[in-house]
Amino acid sequence: MSGRTLYDKIWDAHFVTDRSDGMSLLYIDRHLLHEVTSPQAFAGLRLAGRRPWRLDANLATPDHNVPTLVSERRGGVPGITDEVARIQVETLDDNCRDFGIEEFAINDVRQGIVHVIGPEQGATLPGTTIVCGDSHTSTHGAFAALAQGIGTSEVEHVLATQCLAQRKSRNMRVTVDGGLPRGVHAKDVVLAVIGAIGTAGATGHVIEFCGTAIEGLSMEGRMTVCNMSVEAGGRAGLVAVDETTLEYLAGRPFAPRGEAWGAAAAWWRTLRSDPHAAFDRTVEIDAAALEPQVTWGTSPELVTGIGDRVPAPSDMADPARAEVAERALAYMDLAPGTPLAGIPLDKVFIGSCTNARIEDLRAAATVARGRRVRVPQALVVPGSGLVKRQAEDEGLHEIFLAAGFEWRAPGCSMCLAMNADRLQPGERCASTSNRNFEGRQGHGGRTHLVSPATAAASAIAGRLADPREVAA
Amino acid sequence: MRAFTTHRGLVAPLDRVNVDTDQIIPKQFLKSIARTGFGDNLFDAWRYRDEGAIGKTPNERTINRDFVLNAPEYQGATVLLARDNFGCGSSREHAVWALLEYGFRCVIAPSFADIFSTNSVNNGLLLVTLPGAAVDALFASAQRGGLTVEVDLAAGRLVTEDGGAFAFETGAETRRRLLRGLDDIGLTLDCADAIRDFERAHRGRQPWTFGRPAGDAAP
Ligand code: SF4
Repeated sequence: MSGRTLYDKIWDAHFVTDRSDGMSLLYIDRHLLHEVTSPQAFAGLRLAGRRPWRLDANLATPDHNVPTLVSERRGGVPGITDEVARIQVETLDDNCRDFGIEEFAINDVRQGIVHVIGPEQGATLPGTTIVCGDSHTSTHGAFAALAQGIGTSEVEHVLATQCLAQRKSRNMRVTVDGGLPRGVHAKDVVLAVIGAIGTAGATGHVIEFCGTAIEGLSMEGRMTVCNMSVEAGGRAGLVAVDETTLEYLAGRPFAPRGEAWGAAAAWWRTLRSDPHAAFDRTVEIDAAALEPQVTWGTSPELVTGIGDRVPAPSDMADPARAEVAERALAYMDLAPGTPLAGIPLDKVFIGSCTNARIEDLRAAATVARGRRVRVPQALVVPGSGLVKRQAEDEGLHEIFLAAGFEWRAPGCSMCLAMNADRLQPGERCASTSNRNFEGRQGHGGRTHLVSPATAAASAIAGRLADPREVAA
Repeated sequence: MRAFTTHRGLVAPLDRVNVDTDQIIPKQFLKSIARTGFGDNLFDAWRYRDEGAIGKTPNERTINRDFVLNAPEYQGATVLLARDNFGCGSSREHAVWALLEYGFRCVIAPSFADIFSTNSVNNGLLLVTLPGAAVDALFASAQRGGLTVEVDLAAGRLVTEDGGAFAFETGAETRRRLLRGLDDIGLTLDCADAIRDFERAHRGRQPWTFGRPAGDAAP
C-alpha cells in the first residue's frame, strides 16, 4: 500500500461524513475572523436564527481596515476618521460581543494581522484544520495545519456547523533543496516557485513544501512561503513538523502545556508525508541558484532576479504570454531591457501577513542601520502589537526612525490599501506584501514585490536595489 | 440560494487572463457591511476613468468607453466569457455578489481559481469550464457582437444560436446543489448527529484543540 501524504493525514483526521449531495464535511478546529469578510456572515446567522456551533474555536481581530498612524490609533475605534471603516470595525466588535466570540480589539496588544496573531498566540497548532475569510490563511500551513481561505458564505457555514463542505484537493510537492545564497530569503524562494509554476500552477492542489532549504527556514520564513501558496493557485500550503515547529510553539498562550503538550507533541511528530506517498504533481527548485527576486509585472508570476532586466515581450515565444507581458509593462510603465536594479521608487512598504514578523523587521533593520532612506515615503508596519513591542524592545524602531522610515501601528495597511495608506496614481513602490495586481496598493499604483531586505535596500537607494550590495 | 437550471443570454467577452478579484471588485467597496450594492462597481477600475468610492453613483463618474462592458453591443449581457484563472487572488465573495448584481448568471472560462469557484456555487453563479479551443471559438463569435448562448445545467450543454454546441462538466455535487438551489447550511445540519459524534471522538483524541487558554472548557 502506498503511504499517505501530510495532507491526506490531516484530511483523514477531520473527515466527518459525506453529505447527501456528495460533498465531504471536514471538521474545523480553528476559525479566525476579521472585520471585512464576516459582517454578512453574522447577518446571515441572525436572519436564520442560528448560533455559532462552538464558540471556543473562533478568534477575531480587526486588521484590514484599521488606521496604522499611531496618532489616529490612540483614539481607538471612535478615533477612526473614515466613517465607513469605523462602522465595519464596530460591527465586528458588536458581533463578537453579541455572539460571545473572543476578540483582540483594536488597541489590545495582541491585535494584529490575523495570520500573524494566530501563530503568535499558539492558536495555530499542527495537525489542525484552520479557516479564515481571507485567502492568505495558507500562512498557517507552516505548522502542518490544513489552513484554507474561504468566502463569506463559508464563514457563515463554519460558524453554524463547525464544518467546511468541500471536495478533497490533489497533492502537490514542491521540493527546494540546497543552501540559500547570501541575501536570498524565504520571500525570494516563494517568488521563484511562483515564477516557475505560474499563478495557476497549483490550482486544485494542496502544496507541501519540502527539501533542505525549507527545513533550514525559521517558522517565520516557512510562514512567508506558505502565505504565498495561494498566489500559485494552491488551496493550501504545508510544511511538515520538526523541532523548529515545536520550539516555536512551546509556551504560547493557546498551546497545550504539561501532560497535554507531551501527548500533542507525540502526535505532531508523525505529521509528515510517508516515504512512498503519492503526489499528483512534483516540482524541484534549486535553492543555491536563486538570487533576490523582484516582480516586474501585475501578477506575482511575472518575476525575475534583481540582477536581471525587464523582459521583452517580443522575445516570448508564446503570443498569449507576450500579450500579458505587454499589458503589464504598459501598466507598470517599464521599457523592455531596463535593468531592474536602479528603477526609481516613490514609496517602500515593509509589512503585511507575508513579511511583518519580527524576523522580517530584523532583516530590514540590518540593512537600514545607520543609513537614510531616499524615497519620499517608507513605511514599516509591524504585523501585530506584540511584534511591535518586541521590535521596540530590541530598538529596531529607533533604527527605522533614524533612517527616515515611518513606524506604524499594526494592520494590513498598504498591502491592500483599504485605509489611508496607499499609492497615488502612477506611484511606484517596492513592497514586501504578496500581490502586485493592478491598483492593489492604490488606484493606478505600481507594485514591485520583494523581500524585506530588498525593500530596505531599495528604500536606502531610492530605487530598486540588490540587498547584497547594501548589506553590511 | 437561487437555483440555476437553464439560462439564455447575451455574451460579453473579457479578453484577459488572470482576472483577479481585486479587479472584479476593488477594495474600497469591501468596507460595506451589506451583501448588496456592488453591481455598479463591478470591474470599477476598468469601467470608469476616475477612482470610485462608496456612495458615488455611476452618473457622477467618467465612463471608460473603451471597456468592453461599456460597448453598446454588450449592454444587457448576462453571460461573461473570460480567460484562464478567472477569479484568482483574494477570497472576497463580494466579487461574486458584484457579478450577480450586475446581471451575470454564468461565467465561461478555460479555468477558475479555487476559492472563487466555491463562492460562485454558494451564490448560484454558474461557472462553465470549457477547453481553450472552445473558448477561443466563442471569443471569435462574441467579439463580432451579438452572440447569444443557452446553457442547460442538467444536460451539461451550452449551445450557441449559430448552431455550436459544447459539453461541460460541473461535478455531480455542484450540479445537484445549483439545480435545486439548496441551502448549504441546511444540508450540513442534516448531518448534525454525525458532526456531534465526530466532535466527541475528536475531543478524546486531541483535547488540546478545545477550550480557551487557561484551560476553561467550551460551554
Ligand atoms: S496583510 Fe494583506 S494579504 Fe495579508 S491579510 Fe492583510 S490584506 Fe490580506
